[in-house]
Amino acid sequence: MPALQTSTQAVDNIFLFIVAISVALLAGIVITMLWFVVRYSRTRNTEPEDIEGNLLLEIVWVVIPLIIVMAMFFYGWQGFRFLRTVPPNALPVKAFGQMWQWSFQYEDGRTENILTVPQGRPVKLTITSRDVVHSLFIPAFRVKEDAVPGMQTHLWFLPDTVGEYDLFCSEYCGTGHSSMITKVKVIPASDFDKWYAEGSAERKGEAKEGGRELLEKKGCLLCHTTDGTKKIGPTFRGLFGSRVTVVTAGKEHDIIADEEYLHRSVMDPQADIVKGYPPVMPPQKDNVSPKELEEIIEYIKGLK
Amino acid sequence: MNESGIQPGFYAAPGSRTGIFSWIFSTDHKRIGLLYLFSIFSFFAVGVCFGLLMRLELIAPGRTIVGPSTYNAFFTLHGVIMIFLFVIPGIPVSLGNFFMPLQIGARDVAFPRINLLSWWFYITGGLLALLSLFTGHGPPDTGWTFYAPYSIRTGTNVVLAVSAAFVLGMSSILTGLNFITTIHRMRAPGMTWFRMPLFVWSVYATAWVQILATPILGITLLLVIIERLFGVGFFDPAKGGDPILYQHLFWTYSHPAVYIMILPAMGVVTEIIPVFSRRTVFGYKAIAFSSMAIASVGYFVWGHHMFTSGMSDVARVVFSFITFIVAIPSGVKVFNWVASMYKGSIRVDAPLLFVLAFIFLFSIGGLTGLILGALATNIQVHGTYFVVGHFHYVIFGGAVFAFFGGLHYWFPKITGRMYNEKRARLAWLFLFIGFNALYFPMFILGWEGMPRRYYDYLPKFQPLNVVSTVGSWIVATGLILLFANLLRSARKGAAAGPNPWGGTTLEWQTSSPPPHENFGEIPVITQGPYIYNPSKGKGHGTA
Ligand code: HEM
Ligand SMILES: [Cu+2]
Ligand SMILES: [Cu+2]
Repeated sequence: MPALQTSTQAVDNIFLFIVAISVALLAGIVITMLWFVVRYSRTRNTEPEDIEGNLLLEIVWVVIPLIIVMAMFFYGWQGFRFLRTVPPNALPVKAFGQMWQWSFQYEDGRTENILTVPQGRPVKLTITSRDVVHSLFIPAFRVKEDAVPGMQTHLWFLPDTVGEYDLFCSEYCGTGHSSMITKVKVIPASDFDKWYAEGSAERKGEAKEGGRELLEKKGCLLCHTTDGTKKIGPTFRGLFGSRVTVVTAGKEHDIIADEEYLHRSVMDPQADIVKGYPPVMPPQKDNVSPKELEEIIEYIKGLK
Repeated sequence: MNESGIQPGFYAAPGSRTGIFSWIFSTDHKRIGLLYLFSIFSFFAVGVCFGLLMRLELIAPGRTIVGPSTYNAFFTLHGVIMIFLFVIPGIPVSLGNFFMPLQIGARDVAFPRINLLSWWFYITGGLLALLSLFTGHGPPDTGWTFYAPYSIRTGTNVVLAVSAAFVLGMSSILTGLNFITTIHRMRAPGMTWFRMPLFVWSVYATAWVQILATPILGITLLLVIIERLFGVGFFDPAKGGDPILYQHLFWTYSHPAVYIMILPAMGVVTEIIPVFSRRTVFGYKAIAFSSMAIASVGYFVWGHHMFTSGMSDVARVVFSFITFIVAIPSGVKVFNWVASMYKGSIRVDAPLLFVLAFIFLFSIGGLTGLILGALATNIQVHGTYFVVGHFHYVIFGGAVFAFFGGLHYWFPKITGRMYNEKRARLAWLFLFIGFNALYFPMFILGWEGMPRRYYDYLPKFQPLNVVSTVGSWIVATGLILLFANLLRSARKGAAAGPNPWGGTTLEWQTSSPPPHENFGEIPVITQGPYIYNPSKGKGHGTA
């Protein structure tokens, strides 16, 4: 086998190897079976023959499959070793999963929701989760690793072709699981350097984020809207000061949506559930800082 | 005798109670077997409905019929019902309960009342699962795997669903205990271990898995309940717990549970092939030992569900290695089944049709398992529709097709009447074609990267999803045909006689349906079960 370059090759080689053998085995089994059914049908063969076994044959069909599966195991392991050996020059990026979006943090602290990487340089993702288990999956590069809270996992890949690739969450994580999708953007190395330098400069200016940006960035708008329509959760428009019917510990009652209520609804969403909505919102304690929350509440107040 | 010439058999022996009470309080293994049969297929029908609803939702991207929370509840309930209420009890509690004592020449199981108790546990668990739909903050939405910490944090009704699985586990343990004791203690005179029918061997191997593996599930689920109710941090890192620990505990049970589902099905297949080929099985001992090998090595491969979980790389390699080892005994069985048709005198009636389909579908399920077992390829397909395709091929195409084969094979013994062969073949055809249309596209979808448990998907995945949904309608038609035929034939079918297939195992030596205590006189066994050559004897048949 020629030396492997990319994770895609590493996985596809062994995939084709197993599929080829499997198709041959399946064809062998099915053709033999059908041939017996036709050749020894009761109309053709009225006198059956009792054959209780054949030791040699039985040894052969244990040993040969054993050799085949050991080869599969071995090649699978070889490919896996390649997938787990991170090249030393890899670009380090931290990946965070949280309900229900991904964020990627570069070395200078710049944080993005889309993973932009330079063509031709290996990328190492160090992955963790801020709430439940997620799994970071980029089918085009044949890589996947779970994002586990309280733990760091990793994967690497070589983005060898410019383009945009899907990035999915592949471990079930609740209501928004199937919308926890983003892109890997592979751009030419020189573009990347420019893009990266610009980002760093912007960060120095430290543009403060407003409530609107926070709602987007923290993932609130995956389930809530600001235009008055219902999504998975209630809308923010006209919420402040309105009368809301909530279910608290199984009992229904009305509540005025004041600052305290908004505060509680973000930090401890299961305390009061708005009637008619599923109790699916995750607590945001680890996601939203107290200062950010103030900013968000100010913004919601303004949505009349 | 009634006007059709069929003796009522055990149906005329309701015990001291009447009506439905003669069933739900009966300690007769045959009545309990049928009670279970109706119970599990009722839940199966519910599970199928959830499956069809999911496929309907997935016919197009975006919202089609329900929202994401409802969809998530659908696949959770579909999984919980199909796994815990249908396939795990499955063949052992229904066909096993009815036929295992008959096949070993016993009058009942060792503990008839525990047998009844296990049905009561089963039905309690089933009702708890249904109750979890309508109470608390919405139906559970965790998937049947209840992964922590999501299952700890979600606001939905997890505690009740988990309690249901816990109670069902107790039912499973009691059945296992009962069957092991029965097979050890109640065999007819002369029925040595290697003269037992291979269906009995498979039920025996399964029973060991039931009693050894199920307690681990019980403890795991109890820990989830304790963590949810009292905030003790076992699994949620926010409370100092470890989510990977949950996965280890869960799969330590749930991989062996796969063998609870498939081993009895393999037993049914091994019964049907010799009868319809009119020759002995090829490699009796190889088949018996491979059941036991699967049941024992199967405990050590659970980590193959966790190759991307963050478990150590060394552990991943070891689990992959053992996974490939455990593939061998299953392969051996397939070769033995095919060889058991060599130089036979084969008639392809509906039971054998289901068996042939089983061999084909189960082989595909097993071979795709090799792709999942190899470390490099697992990374791509883990957590995708490839897995959904793989386990439906193994469990539905394998276990359930064999179950259907067994239902047709033993139908005349259970009811005393014959099913309609033409309609049975038609149902088979619909099921076989529909099945492949429903599940084969999932392998491609998964390889292309569509994750499982996805309410919504990218437009590029739509064409194959449409094929799959249309397949689900064909399967549904096949299922309706199959059950309509069996239910109708149970009342209107022609009298079948005691041994319509010319079988050589003991259940065919008594009348159809069997009398209350199975045999007038307990037979004495002098040979192995599958002997069709008249010059060599008659198997377990009376000489
Ligand atoms: C007409 C019959 C069936 C249909 C249409 C069907 C359809 C499906 C679909 C589409 C999924 C994937 C859901 C998702 O990942 O979003 C699924 C999952 C599943 N199915 Fe089926 N299925 C059927 C029969 C069965 C049978 C007979 C069994 C087992 C005996 C079974 C066991 C399961 C299990 C365990 C899952 C996983 C649920 C989870 O992810 O938590 N299904 N089914
Ligand atoms: Cu997810
Ligand atoms: Cu497994």
